[in-house]
Amino acid sequence: MSSVEESLIRTVGLHYTYQAGTRSPVAALRGIDLCIAPGDYVALVGANGSGKSTLLRHLNALLLPSAGDVRVAGWSTRDSTHLREIRSIVGMVFQEPDSQIVASVVEEDVAFGPENLGIQEDELSERVDWALRTVDLSELRHRASHMLSAGQKQRLAIASTLAMRPRCLVLDEATSMLDPAGRRQVLETIRTLHHDGMTIVTATHNMSEAAEATSVVVLAEGCIAMQGTPREVFAREDELRALRLDTPPAARMAHIVAVQIAGFPTDVLSVGELAEAVAARCAVPRG
Amino acid sequence: MNQREAPIIAVQDLWHTYLAGTPLETQSLRGVQLEVFAGEAVGIIGPTGSGKSTLLQHLNGLLRPQRGEVYVRGNALSRRDAAVRGVRQSVGLVFQSPEDQLFERYAGDDVAFGPRNFGLSADEVRERVRSAMEAVGLPFSCKDRLTWELSHGQRRLLALAGVLAVDPLVLVLDEPTAGLDPQGRRALLRVLSAWRKAPGRALVLASHNMEDIAEICTRVYVLSHGHVLLQGTPREVFARDDVLAPNGLTVPAAMAILLLLKARGCQVPTAALTVEEAASAIEAVLHG
Repeated sequence: MSSVEESLIRTVGLHYTYQAGTRSPVAALRGIDLCIAPGDYVALVGANGSGKSTLLRHLNALLLPSAGDVRVAGWSTRDSTHLREIRSIVGMVFQEPDSQIVASVVEEDVAFGPENLGIQEDELSERVDWALRTVDLSELRHRASHMLSAGQKQRLAIASTLAMRPRCLVLDEATSMLDPAGRRQVLETIRTLHHDGMTIVTATHNMSEAAEATSVVVLAEGCIAMQGTPREVFAREDELRALRLDTPPAARMAHIVAVQIAGFPTDVLSVGELAEAVAARCAVPRG
Repeated sequence: MNQREAPIIAVQDLWHTYLAGTPLETQSLRGVQLEVFAGEAVGIIGPTGSGKSTLLQHLNGLLRPQRGEVYVRGNALSRRDAAVRGVRQSVGLVFQSPEDQLFERYAGDDVAFGPRNFGLSADEVRERVRSAMEAVGLPFSCKDRLTWELSHGQRRLLALAGVLAVDPLVLVLDEPTAGLDPQGRRALLRVLSAWRKAPGRALVLASHNMEDIAEICTRVYVLSHGHVLLQGTPREVFARDDVLAPNGLTVPAAMAILLLLKARGCQVPTAALTVEEAASAIEAVLHG
């Protein structure tokens, strides 16, 4: 998270209301101020219905604010003359991969976006190769896309977004349908992309995944309830519980152990960190 | 085998091929054996593409055996004259993201759709809707709410109620907790466990979430490349990291931490399935 000047995406007083002007309006976002700098890795967490997906859909102008403003690289998403730039800067991957797959063959689906932008053949095949390699689908490039399993389809959706060479990748619960290996691969992909400078915004219900980000934003009833590094946010276990959320399993274990063992650290986030903390206190490791 | 011991569902040497005879032919199941007994909560884990969803769709006759056999309460589903309607009533199938399939304007109508289709009277339908909504923890008054007004978690519970309203013996669920927030997930697992405990019922769930499996299953099948690699209690199956890891599967986080500690030379028992069990194992090590 960063100062206003250097932000890639910025929301100011963002409000959004579904069914506005009807008898049953639903206020999904109620004043979101958020700055995302180039290279940030932001995890968005919150209960079902807290506004995560609605917020993400504002980041590339799929939704336009009811009030307030969203700016991408300085352009307001309301300014339709820059819609094309905004959409090419911010690539979206959704939870449900079926809704994003357009072509009947894997590699054709990845090529679809850049081909439509008029990318020439050499660069096109380079982009397709790279995108498929990044999500580990190179071997299935000639497979019929409807024959892929849910996890493979999701990796295809990510590849097709990457082929557009976005600066920011927005993922809406993109790992929730994946098997452990698929999840690991996607997380590894995200880590690599982040390392290479890609800006990542990801919504997830998996707190261990959120702990991998550089900052965590907690949404509750359309407002930002907490914000900070994963360590700062996940230290506030009771508040998270009250928001229908949780901490990573390793953190929960550490909290239980700390009740019995004086001085045991409670700020661990991962299984690796917890093992470290235990090993450091194992008086006489036997065996 | 006497009546009490007969499985509700028996899958014998089941094979399934998609698009057979075309260049896109894909072998999905290769000789699966599986049994579901009353009182069980059977977990099915396996990497994507291992055949889990294909297998689940055979359990209520949505797919019919191409080779091998599926018996549901003695009905052989490969037979063209199999009583599929009765089978669908006995075995309720809940797909991934079932809330996407809600189609009625009012919540209660969606739950009532199944019972109405099976020809129950208005009073019976009302009673079914009431008990199904109670079972999933939705107040009966919710029936008059607009379907789309409910939260994501509530809509999933509503979709589940729609299947329960048909009063199945076996509930088959594909990734039931995917996409739910932590509390919604816990609530759903509680509902499923409680539902299963009534006599004669059984639960079958496929999940990528090893915590779900560890928490509510009594027996687990590990599927890979269309056949069963391993089956046993969660404790037995998750003890076989040597089989799980090469197939892209993991053990629950609670067990993962203990395995890591053991690898580093700490003498810890590694059988914990829950966060609480792992924490007490760690405490024992630190006190020791």
